[in-house]
Amino acid sequence: MSNTLLDTVNDKLKAKFGDGVLSAEMHYDFPVFTIRKDIIHDVIKFLKEDEELAFGFLTTMCGLHYPDNKGHELGVMYQLHNLPKNLRIRLKTFFSISDPHIPTVTDLYPTANWMERQEYDFFGIIFKGHPNLKRILNMDEMTYHPMRKEYPVEDGTREDKDDKMFGR
Amino acid sequence: MSKEKNNNTDIIEKEYTTLNLGPTHPATHGIFQNVLKMDGEIILEGESTVGYIHRAFEKIAERRPYYQITVLTDRLNYCSSPINNMGWHMTVEKLLKIEVPKRVQYLRVIIMELSRIADHIICNSVIGVDTGAMTGFLYIFQQRESIYDIFEELCGARLTTNIGRIGGLERDFSPKAWALIDKFLKEFPDKLKEFENLLMRNRIFMDRTVNCGPISAEKALGYGFTGPNLRAAGVDYDVRVMNPYSSYEEFEFTVPVGTQGDTYDRFMVRQEEMWQSVSIIKQAIEKVKKEPAGVYHADVPEFFLPPKEEVYNNMEALIYHFKIVMGETDVPAGEVYHCVEGGNGELGYYLISDGGRAPYRMHIRRPCFIYYQAYTDMIKGTYLSDAILTMSSMNVIAGELDA
Repeated sequence: MSNTLLDTVNDKLKAKFGDGVLSAEMHYDFPVFTIRKDIIHDVIKFLKEDEELAFGFLTTMCGLHYPDNKGHELGVMYQLHNLPKNLRIRLKTFFSISDPHIPTVTDLYPTANWMERQEYDFFGIIFKGHPNLKRILNMDEMTYHPMRKEYPVEDGTREDKDDKMFGR
Repeated sequence: MSKEKNNNTDIIEKEYTTLNLGPTHPATHGIFQNVLKMDGEIILEGESTVGYIHRAFEKIAERRPYYQITVLTDRLNYCSSPINNMGWHMTVEKLLKIEVPKRVQYLRVIIMELSRIADHIICNSVIGVDTGAMTGFLYIFQQRESIYDIFEELCGARLTTNIGRIGGLERDFSPKAWALIDKFLKEFPDKLKEFENLLMRNRIFMDRTVNCGPISAEKALGYGFTGPNLRAAGVDYDVRVMNPYSSYEEFEFTVPVGTQGDTYDRFMVRQEEMWQSVSIIKQAIEKVKKEPAGVYHADVPEFFLPPKEEVYNNMEALIYHFKIVMGETDVPAGEVYHCVEGGNGELGYYLISDGGRAPYRMHIRRPCFIYYQAYTDMIKGTYLSDAILTMSSMNVIAGELDA
C-alpha cells in the first residue's frame, strides 16, 4: 500500500511542481519526499487541499541539522496524516544555515504554532509569517540554538572526563 | 491625572486584572504558568508559558546508546511510563528489523494496558477532586497502587519503570506477578463501578463538567489533538486500531467516542477505555497461555543483554555483554517513525540513525505539548474555576509537555 502511495503522491507532485520534488523514496514504512525550500508551503497546501490525498492532520514536525551538507545544513521534517484513509507521508526540506528562513504552515495547521516555536528555539529556524515566533522551552535570554550540532551535550573544556572512545 | 481626563470623569475606564495562574499553583497539578487577563471572574485571554521542567531529552539522546534512552522516556508522561518505554523499544526494534515473539507482544500489551488504566485513574479521579469530590479519588487510588505493585514485581520500579528491553522484556513474568494481575483483575471492576457510581450520574458532578471546556472535532483536529481528548470530540482515531503495533489487531475492543468534547465527555471516554483495557488484558492473558512458556525476548544476542550468570560463565555472553554496554554493536543507518497510543494520545518517536552508537537525531511527538496549545483558546470566555477543570480533564503532564 505504501509503495503505491509513494507513487500516487509522487505523480501528483511531479505533475504540479515539476522538478521541485528533489527525491521520493521509502524509508521503512514511510514515503519520504524532499521538497525544494521555496515551494514547501505550496506543496503542503496542495497536499492538504487535494481531494484524493487530503492530508488534513499535521502529526509532527522537527528540525534537522547536517553541518556537513554545505549550503543545505538546516532542514525541517513534516509528517502529514490523512486520518480517514490512514495515509502517512513525510516531507523534508533543506536550506542554508546562513539564511534559515522558511514559510510558516500555521495558516494551514494551527497546531504548527508551538511546533514551529520549538524548532525555532532548538535550531534557530525562522518561520516567516508565524504569529508569535519566540522561544518556548528554553529561557528567553538564551543567545544560541542548542540543538545545533556544534553545541556538544557535555562541557568540552573538562579534562577529567576523557570519553573520546565512547560516543560521538 | 491630566486635565483632559478630569473632564471626562463620567466615562469610567474599564480595568482588567492580570492573574498569574501558576507556575506552582496547587490546582494545576504540575508546573504550568498561564497569565490570564480577567474581567472579574471571566477569562478574556491567556498566555501559556511552558518549559519549566525542560530537560533537553532530544539533545541528551544524541549522545546516549539506544538502551540508555529508555530511561529518558520514563520521564515523559510519568503517569504511564511503561507505554513510553515500550514505544521506544518498538521504535528501535523497527530500526533494527527485530521481530519480537508473539508471547512477548502479548505480555507487552498487558503491561501497556495496565499503565493506561493507571494513567486514566489519575486523570479521572483528579477531575473529581477538582470538582470537590475527594472521595472517589481516595477510593480508586488504591487500585493504582495495585498496578504499581505489579510493575514493582515485573521490573523493580514503580513510577519511572524502565521496563522491558530492546528485543523483549528483561525477565519473564514471575508467578507472583501473575497472581497480582489476577488479583487486580478480580478487584478492579468492582472498584471502578463504585467510582463510577459516585460520579458518573452525580448531579453536582454533571452540572460542573457538562459543557465545561468544550472543543469541536474540527478545531481539535486542527490543534493536533490525539488520544482520549480527540475521541471525546467525536473522532475515532486510535493508534491501536489505525496502525496496530504489538499485535493489537488480534484484540477485540471498542473505541469509545464522545460528542461535545467537553470535560464530561473526556471523563466518560477515559472511563470506558479503562473497561476496554480490562477486557484487553483478559484477552491477552488467554493468548499468552497458548504460546510456548518461558519466551520473553527475541533471539537477538547482539542487542539483548544476556543474563548475568551467563556473562560470568560463558565467553560468548561476556563478549555480547561488553559490546552492548559499550555500544559497539552495528546499528543500520536509516530513519523510522513509530507511534503508540500513549496515555493521552499518539506518542511518536522519530529516529534518525547514521550507524553510530547513538541516534543522530531523535524527536519525540509528545501529545501533551501539541494539544496544550489549544488550552488558552478553550478557556476564553469561561470562569476561572472551569479553566482549572478543563486543564485537569485534558490530562496535561508536565514531564511530557516540556520534555
